[in-house]
Amino acid sequence: MAVSTPPRAPAPLAAHHLTKRFGQRVALSDVSLDVRVGERLAVIGPNGAGKTTLLAILAGVLAADEGSVSRETRALGWVPQQPAVYSKLSVAENLRLFARLERVADPEAAVGRMLEQTGLRERADDELGRLSGGNRQRVNIAIGLLADPPVLLLDEPSSALDPRQRERLWELIEGQASAGTSIVFSTHIVGEAERYGDRVLVLADGELVFTGTPEDLHAQEPAAARDFEAAFVAFLRARGH
Amino acid sequence: MRWLLVKDVQILRRSPLLVSLLVLYPVAIALLIGLALSRGPERPRVAFLNQVPPGQSTISLGNENINAAKYASQLFQSIQPVRVRSRQEAIDAVNSGRALAALIIPSDITRKLSSGLEPGEVEVVYNGDAVKQSFVESTISSKLADANAALADKLKQVGLQDVDLLLNGGTFDLFGRSVPILGLRATRTIIAAELARLKPGSPERGALGRVDRFARLAVNNLDLSKQALATISQPVTVKRTLLHGRRTPLDAFAVAVAVTVSLMFVCVLLGAGMLALEREENAFARLVRGLVSRESLLAEKVCLSGGCAFAASLLMLVGIGAFVGLNWGRFGLWVAALAVGALAFAALGVAIGALAREVRAASLLGLLLTLPLAFLALVPSGAVAVGVYDAIRVISALFPFKPALQALDAALNDTRPGVGISLLHLAGLAVAFGTIARLSLRRFA
Ligand SMILES: Nc1ncnc2c1ncn2[C@@H]1O[C@H](COP(=O)(O)OP(=O)(O)OP(=O)(O)O)[C@@H](O)[C@H]1O
Ligand SMILES: [Mg+2]
Repeated sequence: MAVSTPPRAPAPLAAHHLTKRFGQRVALSDVSLDVRVGERLAVIGPNGAGKTTLLAILAGVLAADEGSVSRETRALGWVPQQPAVYSKLSVAENLRLFARLERVADPEAAVGRMLEQTGLRERADDELGRLSGGNRQRVNIAIGLLADPPVLLLDEPSSALDPRQRERLWELIEGQASAGTSIVFSTHIVGEAERYGDRVLVLADGELVFTGTPEDLHAQEPAAARDFEAAFVAFLRARGH
Repeated sequence: MRWLLVKDVQILRRSPLLVSLLVLYPVAIALLIGLALSRGPERPRVAFLNQVPPGQSTISLGNENINAAKYASQLFQSIQPVRVRSRQEAIDAVNSGRALAALIIPSDITRKLSSGLEPGEVEVVYNGDAVKQSFVESTISSKLADANAALADKLKQVGLQDVDLLLNGGTFDLFGRSVPILGLRATRTIIAAELARLKPGSPERGALGRVDRFARLAVNNLDLSKQALATISQPVTVKRTLLHGRRTPLDAFAVAVAVTVSLMFVCVLLGAGMLALEREENAFARLVRGLVSRESLLAEKVCLSGGCAFAASLLMLVGIGAFVGLNWGRFGLWVAALAVGALAFAALGVAIGALAREVRAASLLGLLLTLPLAFLALVPSGAVAVGVYDAIRVISALFPFKPALQALDAALNDTRPGVGISLLHLAGLAVAFGTIARLSLRRFA
């Protein structure tokens, strides 16, 4: 008797057995994953766990020592942890430059759309160097979204944002995902992983220690039933991290 | 690449301090080097004491009177005379630095020269400073040599006139009276006529024959002595043959050095700094993710820094050309030398930027590397031991300063090696440093 599985679109992004070393230090060890169309994948783990390294390899910025990634580089939007913007250019000039480099069909329209979505229209002509850290981060995120890519990689996008901006950010990401964009994001706010992640990926010391839904992770630590964050900490502690 | 270039120009426009430093610093350095290399004061100040009493400044040589004042004025064209009245005053002027040296003409000089038996003597008083001393000494002794040669020439003229008179006859001025002189050639004609009239075997014939033979001998040898006299006035003349290197007026060479230094600084500092800035702003990783290739990024930085430096140095050269005599007919070659030089320097700049990775480190490395290279390239052969000079030549050939200087010097002053070979050298260096930059970008992000 044949088991019928629902037809699945090919994963727009998949990684197989990624390992990355920096000298003696193993930043990533045998990590595999795949992301489905419109799926939101949260990557969590302590400082130095390898989240940034993983996202950089997925983005094609860093080469893995072992393993492979299947993806189309140009089809990936990437928002690095450190804002990658020109501090001598204004908000609009930064957006316009990257829209042109991305060969967006109508750069001006894309710039206008991003100014609207990030709520930075009044600051459009301000130099980035004069903006607050959170506002710089908003421009950083906007640049990643400019080309409307089918896969979006965001490294701690919500850090430095105030609660209202964080709210706006997740609304934006929800909207993208429901339009079919696959999202991979890392965060230290584990509540965000629970709320906005369809699946959670837990990294510790470069190893992939958990993949599953937030509920699955929660179920692993029934003692810490109060909240997801407590369950996450208990989970790591039980595994010696 | 176009948009990156536009972006970089925008960034530069918004960094006026950086840009003015980048332009002013090399210009200042270039001017300093130009000053150090250019000639000393065109006419050194020399205290001048003339002890010859007025009215006795003429030297009479045979039939000729020579005015010593004429030779003094020749000397004054190459010095700035500070007239003094006594020997002590002359020495004070040198001691106080009012004059670099003092030149004292003793009162007996015209008498000695007129006698034709004793050489005239002048006194030169120096200070201890070695540089000034050799500078003044060479100026004065070269001028004295000129004066000596001119006097010797005069003496030769007088001698030749006398010999001519003896040979061909004429009139000779003696205390205002004209005395007719027969001349040896006329004497021989008269004797020959007399001999023809005498019968063979006549007793006078033997004596007159001896006089005739002597006259013939004298005519022939005095003719030769005229040539000998002509040689005496300039026994050895110098014929210059240039093998390698430059025969450039020092200030035209200083122009080439100053402009090349500016070209180098702007290219290297801008190329290295702007490339390192891409990394410091974290934009590099974003750019090379399929937006621009690493090669295009390097090419863009080379265009930016090379273009700015080319424009700045061409402007500088044109500005200098308004004051210093340059050969404008070779303008096309200036442009070629500056353009290819800019390319090679910019390639060096991006290589430094790619290696240093941070703006500050890149600027520091740029300065630390280029300044000594410029000085090395200026070490003249013969100033150091042969082995050291060979090492310097090899190092200088590995970096663009020396070939860029040679190219510009050749373009400006038509020196050797020609522009073409230096341009080829520069193009080779541009490729080499471009490759180093590209390889260094592997570990850039
Ligand atoms: N360029 C590098 N050179 C050497 N070691 C590095 C480099 N980048 C990362 N590492 C090391 O790799 C490990 C993983 O770093 P990574 O930045 O991926 O951690 P992370 O999970 O993103 O941490 P955080 O939450 O603090 O951002 C760390 O131990 C880090 O020190
Ligand atoms: Mg990180």
